[in-house]
Amino acid sequence: MIKRILGVGVGAGILGGLGFLWYAWYPALPKIDPPKASQFSAEKIERGRIVAAESYCVECHTRQDGHAGPTLAGDYKMVSPFGAIYSSNITPDPETGIGNWSEDAFRRALQLGVSRDGSHLLPAFVYDHFTKMSDADISDLYAWIMTRPAVHMTHRQNDFPLSVTPRIGLAGWKLLYFTPGRYKPDPKHDAEWNRGAYLAEGAAHCGACHTPRGLLGAEKLPGYAYDGGAVDGWTAPPLNEKNPTPVVWTENELYQYLRNGVAPLHGPAGGPMSPVAHDFLATVPESDVHAIAHYFASVDHADERVAGDAAAIKQAMEDSKRDLIGFNTDPDARLYQGACAACHYNAAPAPVLGRPELALNSALWLDEPTDLYLIMMRGLSNKEGQTGVAMPSFYNALSDHDMARIAAYLRRTRTNMPPWTDLDRKAAEARKLVEEPPVNSSH
Amino acid sequence: MIKFKLNGRDVSLDVPEDTPLLWAIRDDLGLTGTKFGCGVGQCGACTVHVGGRATRSCITPVSAVEGADVVTIEGLDPNGEHVLQVAWRDIQVPQCGYCQSGQIMQAASLLKDYPDPTDEDIDGVMGGSLCRCMTYIRIRKAIKQAAAAMKSAENGGEHSHG
Repeated sequence: MIKRILGVGVGAGILGGLGFLWYAWYPALPKIDPPKASQFSAEKIERGRIVAAESYCVECHTRQDGHAGPTLAGDYKMVSPFGAIYSSNITPDPETGIGNWSEDAFRRALQLGVSRDGSHLLPAFVYDHFTKMSDADISDLYAWIMTRPAVHMTHRQNDFPLSVTPRIGLAGWKLLYFTPGRYKPDPKHDAEWNRGAYLAEGAAHCGACHTPRGLLGAEKLPGYAYDGGAVDGWTAPPLNEKNPTPVVWTENELYQYLRNGVAPLHGPAGGPMSPVAHDFLATVPESDVHAIAHYFASVDHADERVAGDAAAIKQAMEDSKRDLIGFNTDPDARLYQGACAACHYNAAPAPVLGRPELALNSALWLDEPTDLYLIMMRGLSNKEGQTGVAMPSFYNALSDHDMARIAAYLRRTRTNMPPWTDLDRKAAEARKLVEEPPVNSSH
Repeated sequence: MIKFKLNGRDVSLDVPEDTPLLWAIRDDLGLTGTKFGCGVGQCGACTVHVGGRATRSCITPVSAVEGADVVTIEGLDPNGEHVLQVAWRDIQVPQCGYCQSGQIMQAASLLKDYPDPTDEDIDGVMGGSLCRCMTYIRIRKAIKQAAAAMKSAENGGEHSHG
């Protein structure tokens, strides 16, 4: 009897192992001579440019830390809980890039997360989203990529463990967390909604930052979609009805934010969100940005919640002038008045564009003060957030304790959320995330 | 090389990216109307306009204004006849004068957002601009006079159209 159970167990184990190998093994696809630019039409390349912009390829495939690298040549540093990963060169250089990849190999990489040589790709390359992209879009994208300048460059060594151990281990991760397959339109919704969902869920991979990740780094799906996540030390706020700001992200707010990098009520895009608007979504057809905004206004049930906005704006306008009028001895309020109020004061009926109203901004309403700290320390260049204007950097102007006092003050006077805890320590941690002080008065 | 527009003129500077904009304006570009006060964005003396908005130049890195439009007190009006400058002279606002270019630049941005500012608007927006000579009462008066002048100019304009 025991023998029999053992036998069945071993048999199942062998079958399972063979099944896993069958699942995990992919052949190398043949190398090709780099395609010539002349084989792609100008229209196809232009369509590919739009697909690339909607996928932010350049952002994660171009080095930014230390010194800026050549476009698409990789070596962009991504810090994961498991170690740093450096992105690959996706210029058409045959040796260090993907110049000898056929369109089939390119499509397989996006839709199945498998490299040309048959090895599994790290999911830092978000094929869990790109798998939803259509063959036609990927074909256009291939044309655009293959007509960019080839750059001979290798990336720094990953210190991510699975980059050195056999990559077949990644197939186990995929078995658990990766569902390949194209986007399927939802017949319950109209064409614009489906276009937005196709882009958001696929190429634009919004969930990569805005959906929380589990222990092994996969997005926690289903059930937690767009509940908010973390990226490069920043909090990526929830995009569903759990978004805590007192005014709703309506379709118009979303559109303005995604297209121009600033929403009239919610304020400017900072941190890793700023390039999404300025470098990418500002360069694609307006109708696509409208579609994404339309989709997320549905994800966050804006229509059902928007009725409360008028009261929330009225309250924010009252809060905005708090402690600024007449004589005041509260030292925290005085600190806020000196450092922030000249630019952030607003009066009824509504915030002025260029005066981001802190009482309506996500940063004050999130569970942690990190985003508020990072924006205070880094400021915003005139290319980030609202184009043309700049926010100074308080990195050298305010101590951790001063930052903590302003954060505590704003949280207690501009929101109805519980106080943030451990504010001094968190200010020091945020400061560490700003590797180089943006402004240095010692010159 | 960092390039931007200063008072409508293209300028380019070979300075480290983290140089404060105030240093660039005063030391490298030679416009000394903008003053160094506290150096930590707490007094308003260094206020200039970036993209039309009042900005503390002492803690703004020059790299942050790459490609932007920067205006200092020297460029607020080509003839020094901005409605605020007229009111400032008329009421003789300054005492020592050190903070005044920052005050005027901040006030100009206030009037752009709130053309008819209430006392609350003036307190809210001007509260970060300090004056050790305590000219606050005259600053408030001058802002109101300038706002009134703007309004009557506008009404006059409407008249002439009508």
